[in-house]
Order: sequence, then structure tokens, then C-alpha cells
Amino acid sequence: MTAMCDVAFLLLTFFMLATKFKPDEPVVVKTPSSISDIILPDRNIMLLTVDPHGKIFFSIDDTVLADGPARKSLIERINGDKGLKLSGDEAKTFENGASVGLPFNQLKSYLGAQPNDMKAMMANASGVPVDTSVNSPNNELAVWIRSAREVNPRLRICIKADGDASYPNVQKIIKTLEGLKIFKFNLITNLKGIPEGTAAYEQTHKDMH
Amino acid sequence: MAELDTSGGGHKKGPGVKKAKKLSTRIDLTPMVDLGFLLITFFMYTTTLAKPKTMEINMPYKDPNMKIEDQNKIKKSVALTVLLSKNHRVYYYEGIGDDPNPPPDFLHQTNFNAKDGIRSEIIKKKKFVDDMKRAGTLTAKDETTVLIKPDTTSTYADLVNMLDEMSINDVKVYAIIDISDIEQDFIKKTEEAAGGAAPKP
Repeated sequence: MTAMCDVAFLLLTFFMLATKFKPDEPVVVKTPSSISDIILPDRNIMLLTVDPHGKIFFSIDDTVLADGPARKSLIERINGDKGLKLSGDEAKTFENGASVGLPFNQLKSYLGAQPNDMKAMMANASGVPVDTSVNSPNNELAVWIRSAREVNPRLRICIKADGDASYPNVQKIIKTLEGLKIFKFNLITNLKGIPEGTAAYEQTHKDMH
Repeated sequence: MAELDTSGGGHKKGPGVKKAKKLSTRIDLTPMVDLGFLLITFFMYTTTLAKPKTMEINMPYKDPNMKIEDQNKIKKSVALTVLLSKNHRVYYYEGIGDDPNPPPDFLHQTNFNAKDGIRSEIIKKKKFVDDMKRAGTLTAKDETTVLIKPDTTSTYADLVNMLDEMSINDVKVYAIIDISDIEQDFIKKTEEAAGGAAPKP
């Protein structure tokens, strides 16, 4: 009994220290697998989530920059540029929230809603509007990305797309990034084993010896 | 008799005096352990031990003002063009597809299977380029180049699979390029030539 107790509490301590809560995901996304094992850093991340239907959700992490938290600066900037007339409380909701998947004209009503309604709204959200051309007025994703990069120039851009999302939807994001002169970005994938007998397999095994 | 009472005297109770029940110093730990396991379960479910993994991708630099002469030209012999289509089908052909009237059997169909899939084609192509280099037909600077052209019916998973094949097979030069109308037609024709029957995925 005592031994079991000890082990149980050891495990508990381990999990309590090692845990990092899963961020609130706007949609369930099943990412494809790759052999790449680069670990995604925690800070300076811009996450573009794409669900199987091609809806896009935008989010940045809340790194504290020289002029305050990144999310706060971002919403202030968007609020000013787009004339959203957000109240202080609504801006606060954005700061504490996670991803956003709505056009600008629905943002105020979303941020002003009750938490339960917010969930329902996010489930029915249309995603951030995007277009193949970066200069199109409908390309709100470009506005988000541009503003976020002005707030935090060190942002690393990550695309977390569902494997079943159709290519044209992902292509729109890539085109937008290219239009913004961003040619380097990350794709979030699951890890899978390297198949035997391939160049990469031999490479890793050569390194081991 | 003259014996000393060494038993400590006080312990001996006379008959009829009940022995005080000794209180146990052990506490019942079961509720605490229950709680401990509950917490373990909770933390195990909420924790993200494995951090998300990413693959880095560099797109070719593109500028609408770029002159055609400045763009990199690749040699036809090092290029392998891969078209991604619906139901995870893969079409490929040698070269960069600049011939407007290609031979009818020029587009080949394959898949992502580990055996006899696109991987073996890439390996074949790499070997071919290496042989050409050794023969002196190609210079050391020439690298196997894979052009990935996903069509509108392909999925993101296809693209990631293809990019993954690049790292699996150590292809250093590759690019994601928009598919041309001619190539869309090729796929259509090849599918029609297959008798409309869906080729095995």
C-alpha cells in the first residue's frame, strides 16, 4: 500500500510539473504525418489553423514584447485600422482568447458575446476570409498577418491544416504569404518513422555510428 | 517469599479492571490515494507531452517584377514533374513539360505506396542523375529537381506526403508550382484513356 502510494504521488508530481495545458483549439484538426522532427517553439508563433472544410483560424501566442503583450498590441492595431470600435472589455476578451475565425465585421459581436454563445459562434464560424491575391480587399488574412508581423517581427508562421483540407484552400494561404514576401514557413505535422532503406534512413543511421 | 516484583507493578491490573484498548496510529489512506489517482488521470489527459513537430518549407522567391532572364532555369534532364490529383493519385513525367505535343504514354500514374510508388521513381531519377554526373554529361552543380504540382482536387495530405518524400529521399531541390491547364488536360486524358475505370488508388 505504502509503495503504491509513493509511486502514485511520484507520478502525480511528475505530471503536475511536466504538464502544459492543451491550448484551446478552435476546431479538431488531424494533421498529416511526416518524418520531420523539428520541435515547434512555444514563443513567437503565428498559427493558421485550417479545418477540413478550408475554414481558416488565426492565432498568435501572447509573448510579452517591449511594448506590452503581443495580443493586446495586435487587437489595438486591428481595432484602429479597421474601425471596429471595440470596447475595452471586448479587446480584453480577444487578449485572453485563442484563435479567431471570423470576418472583421462579425468580430465585435463575437467578442461581446457570452462565453457559451462564443463557443457556438466559433463552431459555426466561416473562418477568416482569404483570397488568392494579397491585395484583394477580401483578403482579411493578409491584414491579420501584416498587423501581427508589425507587432512582432519575429513571428514564425505555422500552418496547421487538416490532411483532408483541399489543396486550393491551403494554396490561398501560401499565395497570401508569398504576396507578403514570406517564403519561409512551417507546416505542423505528426511524427512518423523513417522508412527503411531510404536516403533519410541511411543518413540518420550513419549519424548514430 | 522474598522475591522482588520486577514486572513494573503498575501494569498489573487486578481482576475486573479492563485493559484500555490501544488506539491504532495508522490512518486509512484510501481516500488520499483515490484522490491521487484521480489527479494523475486528470493530468495525464490534459497534458501535451509530445510537442507538435513541424516541417520547414522554403518557397521559391517570387516577385511580379522579376525578369524572365533572372529566373532559374533547370535542365530538362534533371527534372521530374509530379502531379498530385484526386483520391491520392500521383502522376509523373520526366522533364518540365515544355513540349506542347507530348507522346501519348508520357504521363505515368502511381501512388504513395512504399513499394513501387512515387518513391521508387524518385530513387530511380536520383540514380539516373548521379550516373549522368559520373558520365560527365551533367556537372556537379546539377541536382535532381522535383517539381510538385498539386491540382485542384488534391488534398493537403498529398502535398505533405510529397514534401515528406523529398526529405525521405534526400532531394535537395524541389518546388511547389501551380499546375498548368495543359497538365490538367493530361490528367483528364490519361484518366479517359484508362477507360473511365478508376485506376487503383
